[in-house]
Amino acid sequence: MSPLRIHIEGIGLWSKHLGHYAALQSLLAGDTPEPPLSKPAATTLPPNERRRAPESVLLAVEVAGQAVAMSGRAPASLACVFSSSHGDQAITDYMCATLASAPTELSPIRFHNSVHNAPAGYWTIATGCHEPSTAVCAHRMSFGAGLLEAISQALADQCPVLLVCSDIAGAYPLVEETGCTQSFGCALVLAPAVSGTTLASLDITLAPSGSVEPLPEPLASWRDANASADALPLLALLTRGHGRCLVDAAATLALQIELQQVAMPGLDVHHRNVEHVA
Amino acid sequence: MSDPMTPLAVTAYTATSAIGHGLAAQLDALRHARSGLRPNDFSSAPLQCWIGRVDGVENTRLPAEHAVWECRNNRLAWLGLNQDGFLDRVREARERYGAGRIALMLGTSTASIGETETAYRRLDADGGFPDDMLRPAIHAPHSLAAFVTAVLALEGPCLTISTACSSSAKVFASAERMIRLGLVDAAVVGGVDTLCDSVLFGFNALELVSSQPCRPFDAARNGISIGEAAGFALLERVDAAPDAPRLLGYGEASDAHHMSTPHPEGLGAELALRDTLARAGLDALQVDYINLHGTASTKNDEVEAALVSRAFPAHTRSSSTKGFTGHTLGAAGIIEATIALQAIEYGLIPGNLGGSMPDPGCGPQFAWKNEHQRVDVALSNSFGFGGNNACLAFARAGFSA
Repeated sequence: MSPLRIHIEGIGLWSKHLGHYAALQSLLAGDTPEPPLSKPAATTLPPNERRRAPESVLLAVEVAGQAVAMSGRAPASLACVFSSSHGDQAITDYMCATLASAPTELSPIRFHNSVHNAPAGYWTIATGCHEPSTAVCAHRMSFGAGLLEAISQALADQCPVLLVCSDIAGAYPLVEETGCTQSFGCALVLAPAVSGTTLASLDITLAPSGSVEPLPEPLASWRDANASADALPLLALLTRGHGRCLVDAAATLALQIELQQVAMPGLDVHHRNVEHVA
Repeated sequence: MSDPMTPLAVTAYTATSAIGHGLAAQLDALRHARSGLRPNDFSSAPLQCWIGRVDGVENTRLPAEHAVWECRNNRLAWLGLNQDGFLDRVREARERYGAGRIALMLGTSTASIGETETAYRRLDADGGFPDDMLRPAIHAPHSLAAFVTAVLALEGPCLTISTACSSSAKVFASAERMIRLGLVDAAVVGGVDTLCDSVLFGFNALELVSSQPCRPFDAARNGISIGEAAGFALLERVDAAPDAPRLLGYGEASDAHHMSTPHPEGLGAELALRDTLARAGLDALQVDYINLHGTASTKNDEVEAALVSRAFPAHTRSSSTKGFTGHTLGAAGIIEATIALQAIEYGLIPGNLGGSMPDPGCGPQFAWKNEHQRVDVALSNSFGFGGNNACLAFARAGFSA
């Protein structure tokens, strides 16, 4: 079959090293970007929600807000796919520890924040979005599987889709099982057609999964430290402006991604980002 | 509003819940208005409530080659996969289309979290998991889909959808999109959720659990009864099985209101319903039966009853079947989809078990007792935390809107 062609209109990124996509561009250009604040600002949430929201929600909302601002789209107009390998590991740790010691004392708020679609819920509530929203995972392949789900929705229903893929860092003992030692989140606004805000066009084909996509350091270590950082080969490709990469989407399935076109040279992305934030 | 879609054939389906293993047991319980609820004998500490527990999960063992996936949720999945010849139907589809041409989309709200809970109850001296619990694939919400894809030997797209109680309704939508785009030729969809402390004590903390068997749409309802279940369906293009029942449409929408209470006017639920009718090319007048979300929570049932009253004519029949199975959370979408499919196949409108004193908000559409009539079109509603709404439309083979 012919490749799936999808267009990127916005990119969001947050980790303890990189506070936005422009920081990755700067890093890959050989500079040393300033690390972000210790906590994602998540300014899309109203202040009272921001205080209440768990860390996984702040991270997802931060990168979603960045990507949507860059796209210039109204957040309420976007269907959204929130992917995460492990959901909120801090809440899982709290819940399992509490259930083991004093189950009837479980916090109702932490319980409703424990659902895998908590970021989707907070995001749609904060933005007044009534479009379809979903929350997905595929363990180490959560970025690739989430990307395929988002592309499939954008192309089948000819609508723009917000994809968020994020995981917070875990703590002992759970982190020994999740392997998530650093927070990482990224977001893409995907559109089925070229528009004035298209940053890049991608041709995507399903392929058998093969070798791990090579990445330069420190990106390779960051990818090892968080399943959601499986997005880094694609983000690096977008920064490079040409070429292809492979992203795993299931145990035996990968997405072969070929960058077709970059509408604007890298720094313009930064300018648009600043403009929208201001 | 969405354009009408090309229907898909539901070429196989199966359900296992507190009312029995497989479709024949489910139909028998529905016909005899027999609830599967029992007093809670599951939680690790006492909790006064009723649960929909599946018999025999504890005695189910996974085949040796899949032993690494052992946990209650995957045992229930295995039990469910072995009913109604479902494994054979998937094997035939795999031989027909190829393993890479079949998607697997499963819904679950908590997957194998019960195993992680167990690990925390048995932490070793240095606070770590005991050796037999060092199984990363089990302590991840994708464990169900990863296990099932190994069992079914599928190599296509594989995704877990976890949107709380709408999870295994939304899998139909994801599968339809991938088939429509030609990414795959068929899809296995479904969902499994098992009883665990997280949901029993979690919903209890939210004061949403009844101490009695749940009473959907009853004026005196006071909360849900949590259940567990496994259900699966195989979706293919209609030309592959012209005589099979059809997935006619679906709709998805967000409330944008609150994390754990529905929109007071049912805004997201109605958007999902309208989108379903549009995709199915249906008028509300053509809907014979609606399997309602009907959890027996005060708010859900109030909002959903009002939606039924304003959107459907008196001749449309509707009921909740949570009084049979309990609220099977992430498996509710698929279990109730199979009940909608059985309504079509057997002309059985299951009565709204547990609702003996109808809420005044309920209109003439409610079937309080079993009714028998031809059903051409059946809907199923599934609404989840975070304001996540989904609706499915099924029809008998040959039905044209």
